[in-house]
Amino acid sequence: MSQELSVITDEQVEILLADLLEHYGYDFTGYSKASIKRRILRLYSLDKQVSFAEFRYTINNDTTYFKRFVEQITVNVTEMFRDPGFFKTLRDVVLPKLGTYPFIRIWLAGCSTGEEAYSISIILKELNLLHKSLIYATDLNPVVLEKAAQGMFAMSQMKQYSENYILSGGAKDFSSYYTANYSLAKFSDDLKSRLIFSTHNLVSDHSFNEFQLILCRNVLIYFDRDLQHKVLNLFDESLEGLGYLALGSKETLDFSPLSKNYKRVPAEKIWRKVS
Amino acid sequence: MKDCEALIIGGSAGSLDVLLKVLPGLSPALSFPIIIVVHRKHGADSLLPELLSGRTSLIVKEIDEKEPILAGTIYIAPSDYHTLIEKDKSFSLDYSEKINYSRPAIDATFQTAAEVYKTKLVCLLLSGSNSDGVNGLISVKAWGGITAIQDPATAQVSYMPQQAAIHAKIDYTLRIEDMTEFINLLS
Repeated sequence: MSQELSVITDEQVEILLADLLEHYGYDFTGYSKASIKRRILRLYSLDKQVSFAEFRYTINNDTTYFKRFVEQITVNVTEMFRDPGFFKTLRDVVLPKLGTYPFIRIWLAGCSTGEEAYSISIILKELNLLHKSLIYATDLNPVVLEKAAQGMFAMSQMKQYSENYILSGGAKDFSSYYTANYSLAKFSDDLKSRLIFSTHNLVSDHSFNEFQLILCRNVLIYFDRDLQHKVLNLFDESLEGLGYLALGSKETLDFSPLSKNYKRVPAEKIWRKVS
Repeated sequence: MKDCEALIIGGSAGSLDVLLKVLPGLSPALSFPIIIVVHRKHGADSLLPELLSGRTSLIVKEIDEKEPILAGTIYIAPSDYHTLIEKDKSFSLDYSEKINYSRPAIDATFQTAAEVYKTKLVCLLLSGSNSDGVNGLISVKAWGGITAIQDPATAQVSYMPQQAAIHAKIDYTLRIEDMTEFINLLS
């Protein structure tokens, strides 16, 4: 971004967010302002918008552009086995515990383009638990879910993902999980067999099941404190006793009144519901 | 310069040595926070705050998301997240695309801080091998803040401060041995 003085003011950001709520029912008002403003400015310059008035008009009247707007202002950056130490703890500690249950229900909230969903699926398969698991992978953004359901990721990422996989305790040949298709790696269908991709908006939608494991990594950082509390309550309602909640490396349950009901798994941002 | 409300130091290759030399002489009673954004490998997380806290009596800590920004504290931007400054003078973290191949990007912190602190912001760009921070300094200037760079002649890798000198209006060009005094005088 090269704009020197912002071409969109804080007040104009508020106007856009109010429009989205009124016209489309998407509520971004509890999002952290600095980040959402940066995303909006980025899109504004990327699409060579000429005035705020025109930008606003297009968002409100062109549903195709509105979809692009939502896709672009939400952050969809993710990778497979991101923070390998976290996935190693899932593999060595969390999932073996849940493996003693007859059935494992997992909610991956804010799954974006699906890289984490396939990572979890791979670990479950290697632990021989995939057949008795269901992973509900949700995001507010239908465009990224379509991509997630395809299970195809850039071939250029595979070296990094393979390194992450090995650091997370994976012992197989990572390339055995996909077939190369020109510039894309297509992940095998059996990894997809227990994945359910669906839209869910953490701001406005309710709990839809009871889970033994909920993962929501690098979503809460974009919310203000009030919205964080609200979403943590939603997770708490959706989590069975002795279930696990996993957050991103810079996120915490510590400031929530709920924290007294949870016990932290050492060294990782994973909490177990103990009461 | 006495009304500095925040100092942000950005750096990349060759900047750690500078910080290790500059920090020990800092006044323990600084009237503003210092926010340090340096490029480093993901995973080396806790090492930098520990390393730097051994060199100063000021509090050194890695930034937590939503943390209020307090005077007299040295904040280190965590690796693999962008650090943004909110209007209420708190931090938010952001895991969006890399900027200038970097996360954290110095530009992201400089630019969001420029709008918040306006004329009361000082940004210092150190040694480095890419041009991250240059657009940020341009924004800082546009909002009325003060820009400073490490004298490229004293930088292990001169490209970053040099690019800043070419593209942004720079108020101060500092040799390493003058930086401590420069910072103490902002207080």
